[in-house]
Amino acid sequence: MKINKSALVMTLYILFLMLPIYWLINMSLKTNQEILSGFSLWPENLTFDNYLVIFTDASWYGGYINSITYVLMNTVISISVALPAAYAFSRYNFMGDKHLFFWLLTNRMAPPAVFALPFFQLYSSIGLFDTHIAVALAHTLFNVPLAVWILEGFMRGVPKEIDETAYIDGYGFFTFFRKIFMPLIASGVGVAAFFCFMFSWVELLLSRTLTSVDAKSIAATMTRTVSASGLDWGVLAAAGVLTIIPGALVIYFVRNHIARGFALGRV
Amino acid sequence: MSLKLENVTLSIDGEPHIYQTNLALESGSMNILLGPTGAGKTTLMRLMAGLDKPDTGKIIWNGEDVTNRKVQHRDVAMVYQQFINYPSLTVYENIASPLRVKKKTAVEIDTAVRETAALMKLTPFLKSRPLELSGGQQQRCALARALVKGAGLVLLDEPLANLDYKLREELRTEIPKIFAASGSIFVYATTEPEEALLLGGNTATMSEGRITQFGKSSDVYHRPQNNITARIFSNPPMNFLTLNKRQDRIILGDGTLMPATDAFLTLNDGDYMAGFRANHLALHHEDKKLKFDARLNVTEITGSETYIHMEHEGNPWVGLLHGIHDLKLGSQISVYLDPDHIYTFKKDGKLALPARYAERVE
Repeated sequence: MKINKSALVMTLYILFLMLPIYWLINMSLKTNQEILSGFSLWPENLTFDNYLVIFTDASWYGGYINSITYVLMNTVISISVALPAAYAFSRYNFMGDKHLFFWLLTNRMAPPAVFALPFFQLYSSIGLFDTHIAVALAHTLFNVPLAVWILEGFMRGVPKEIDETAYIDGYGFFTFFRKIFMPLIASGVGVAAFFCFMFSWVELLLSRTLTSVDAKSIAATMTRTVSASGLDWGVLAAAGVLTIIPGALVIYFVRNHIARGFALGRV
Repeated sequence: MSLKLENVTLSIDGEPHIYQTNLALESGSMNILLGPTGAGKTTLMRLMAGLDKPDTGKIIWNGEDVTNRKVQHRDVAMVYQQFINYPSLTVYENIASPLRVKKKTAVEIDTAVRETAALMKLTPFLKSRPLELSGGQQQRCALARALVKGAGLVLLDEPLANLDYKLREELRTEIPKIFAASGSIFVYATTEPEEALLLGGNTATMSEGRITQFGKSSDVYHRPQNNITARIFSNPPMNFLTLNKRQDRIILGDGTLMPATDAFLTLNDGDYMAGFRANHLALHHEDKKLKFDARLNVTEITGSETYIHMEHEGNPWVGLLHGIHDLKLGSQISVYLDPDHIYTFKKDGKLALPARYAERVE
């Protein structure tokens, strides 16, 4: 039998990619005892107890709720701030516009660690420490520039004459933006929202620094699972599986436009 | 209805795009802006529409100064060279859009949309989206939206330039008919002299941000007031050569002699420029025709006509001949011209003497 070499390589590659995820799922369905006892390719004593712990223990599911809360807040704030900015960059020439535009992206290049200290001190002193909005606002520093870049790319693809035709037809700016323009850049908004969501969802350092109890994120919760009886491997694995799901869901909805998003909307 | 531009100027980034311009357009008139790419036709239209504001000068609409009025509150409609429609709306909604903004009733909108769609042969496509249509249909949709608004000023910026030949001809004959029924002021930009003549009405020739002449289309064509207008309003461009008048003699180019008769006698002695159109050149001698020698560079045969590109004493000339002529490239040929077809321009470009034949045409 002739072996299709490229198919073989692909299969190996995919196996290699999926292995850690499989192992995570595998672990999440085992007992701690089995995890620590030795090597097994699949759970011998299948158990959903680990998931049950997460769904019943407020300190666990609270982490998800907190994360989702500030991620959604951040996405909404980032997109609504970035929309007018991107429109201005794509439609008007003003002094220093190109420099400002590039400067925006350089914000994205600074490591979050640099901002952890000033944010912590600032939020502590004005009473925003350990609130959802604190993390959401801190993340906008990274997400707004990215959203502006992505949206600007999509907006640039819409001819300026469409705006003008709408004005000539008699539309005011806001009606035009809502009824004519938004449908044309809807996929861009989706992609930008996806990138904001993903950054905010996986970002650990700022979310851990800026929260302690009330707004503690799931990522932070997962790093604090050492209990008296040692590390709770199974629960941790189950938390990991549940953390992947939202991202996978969101990416499914923008799968057809994601490539353009990585090109920052420029084709 | 009337539109008046008074001393309008516009500079972009310090570079003048429209020099001081005055223009008055009347109700129910078809006005053509004719000029090459970059002459300022689109810029001038954008000023008329209110999309851009002039640096100086006023725009008067029905006697009212509307220079600072927003485009939403002007009585205008516009169609671009590119096919601009709202891609997310159906053709029906595209056409209905200006009426929806005006808050017309559903019945009114429906009647108007269906009427205009029928006029533009769009009825079968009302439920499609613009990008599913062919280029011609997309442009019809844009035209329909401009028409249905019933605006007093309709601006058409090279609307047929991106269409193929057949469609262009078809739409070109339809547009004046539609326009005649509406009574609005139409402004139509084009780069093609034939289009200006076919559409009739008035023509303003434009060059480098200036209107060089404005008047009845055929009048501007036959009686251009300067060499720039003559060049713009000729396709192929007008041919030029030097003309020197000394008492009763005229020397054309390097040595073709001609007696100065009739109107030529009224010219002061001195140097002039002579211009004539390509279609007035012939390969055969007749009556009083003058003979010129030229070197043949290129011939283009379109099927029923032959364009000959020549060089005469350093000037590029083009001749348009009926029928197919098989000529040897690079050879010296003789071409003939009736002096009645010569326009005489002064050194500064102003018309000194119109061609005699032009006096006989309407």
